[in-house]
Amino acid sequence: MKKFKVNKSYKEINEKIKQGKAVVVTAEEMIHIAEKHGHVEAARKIDVVTTGTFAPMCSSGAFLNFGHTSPKIKASKIWLNDVPAYGGIAAVDCYIGATEVVEGDPLNSVYPGEFNYGGGHVIEDLVAGNVIRLRAEGYGTDCYPARKYEKNITINDLRDAILFNPRNAYQNYSCAVNMSDKTIYTYMGVLRPRMANANFSTSGQLSPLFNDPYYLTIGIGTRIFLGGAHGYVAWQGTQHNPNVARGKNDVPKEGAGTIATIGNLKEMSPTWLVGASMLGYGVSLYVGIGIPIPVLNEEMARYTSVKDEDIYTQVYDYSMNYPKGGALKSLGEVSYKELFSGEITLNGHQITTAPLSSYYKAREIAQILKDWIERGDFLLGEPQQHLPSVAK
Amino acid sequence: MYSKKVVIRYTATNVDQPIICQLVKKHDLDFNILKAQILPRREGVIVVELSGSKENFDKGIRFLKEKGLTVEPVSKNVSQNNDKCVHCGACTAFCPTDALYLERQSMKVLFDAEKCNGCELCVLACPPRAMEVNIF
Repeated sequence: MKKFKVNKSYKEINEKIKQGKAVVVTAEEMIHIAEKHGHVEAARKIDVVTTGTFAPMCSSGAFLNFGHTSPKIKASKIWLNDVPAYGGIAAVDCYIGATEVVEGDPLNSVYPGEFNYGGGHVIEDLVAGNVIRLRAEGYGTDCYPARKYEKNITINDLRDAILFNPRNAYQNYSCAVNMSDKTIYTYMGVLRPRMANANFSTSGQLSPLFNDPYYLTIGIGTRIFLGGAHGYVAWQGTQHNPNVARGKNDVPKEGAGTIATIGNLKEMSPTWLVGASMLGYGVSLYVGIGIPIPVLNEEMARYTSVKDEDIYTQVYDYSMNYPKGGALKSLGEVSYKELFSGEITLNGHQITTAPLSSYYKAREIAQILKDWIERGDFLLGEPQQHLPSVAK
Repeated sequence: MYSKKVVIRYTATNVDQPIICQLVKKHDLDFNILKAQILPRREGVIVVELSGSKENFDKGIRFLKEKGLTVEPVSKNVSQNNDKCVHCGACTAFCPTDALYLERQSMKVLFDAEKCNGCELCVLACPPRAMEVNIF
């Protein structure tokens, strides 16, 4: 067990939050505090650092229960505004996935497809309180005789609505370029030919998992900002992989950890859950996530003061290398400082960069979370179990 | 030197006249056609950048209006819906005139309507569909 000069517990910090005495800063503010005072002193001064991210996160969706109908139905096929929801669970439960496209969409048969409406938009419409056409079909059983059910509903008519996202808040993500001679349409946005632009999607120094690279405080049960409400880390996200190359500051240099998140959709807001149409690719959902990181010791002070110039990612070709599968060949390593500057230099070429992740909104989330904690409205959730990690 | 991008709308009755040619000859203006289309009911739209002295530019616009055409700055036909924009920056990758850009201090996506040439590339490239263009 490492000996630290500063040692704080979740209980102590939560006591301070309840008394309105906790010192809370955003991950951006923490950079300056650590630079000015050093990590030990910063750990003494600061109790919680708030982070934020707002980006399209395809692995998102919601479990909905629309309540029993009369006569009852075992709804095996369900549509919300003509977007199919998965009905292979109990009678009136379903799961609407963010990337499900509305029925009848021409998809990519008119290339590049526009993908104007889908699951992500249904979720946004639900939280906005808009009317949704619910349609269900069942095959009829002795206990659930109805074959068809149709009704205009709002989120208030749903018995339960739970946002459950299997993979969110990726710890680092590739930067995408297109080495071919034609424009390509990807989940990383539109990539112009001959590396005319490089797209990336993280909030860099504000991003939750960059501020806790070994998941020492972010674990199962961590309370978070999710879609504008309180939510939780439910599990490690799908594809969670702590075992990647890391920098001297322990921060992964490529995609690594992920989290699964859960929260009450009824409490969320359309400001923080926004449907996305990715030209030529499909639909998705912008998800706003913020995670508070307790500064338990000087090590956490060091982690939470990480800055864009010390966080790196890999540039990959999305025209050949990525779609082919197999090993990815990095075209180069770039820092988030360069990426956020609007231009990177890759093997002598200057390439315009564009984010898909909103730094502006990430900053807003970190600020809101800070306000919640300062007001005593939000207590830290101590992880019940840590996410899989690797030895330092 | 004065320069402005404008949207000129023809009606079915004047769409077949060489008005741009007359405009240039009479008022000594440079022109760069950015976009042009004749629509099914024979109305026509041209997006054009006109450059010259301010005096000639104003005279030229008056000439176009006298010919029965409507003339509006491009900026009046393109707008960023701030209720929808999430300020991600996806649009900035291919806005050819840098009319859409990330302001690095606030990290907000700003729209400089004066630079816009009405190409409409941003409309479908914006994931939350925040760009509204009403040229055609």
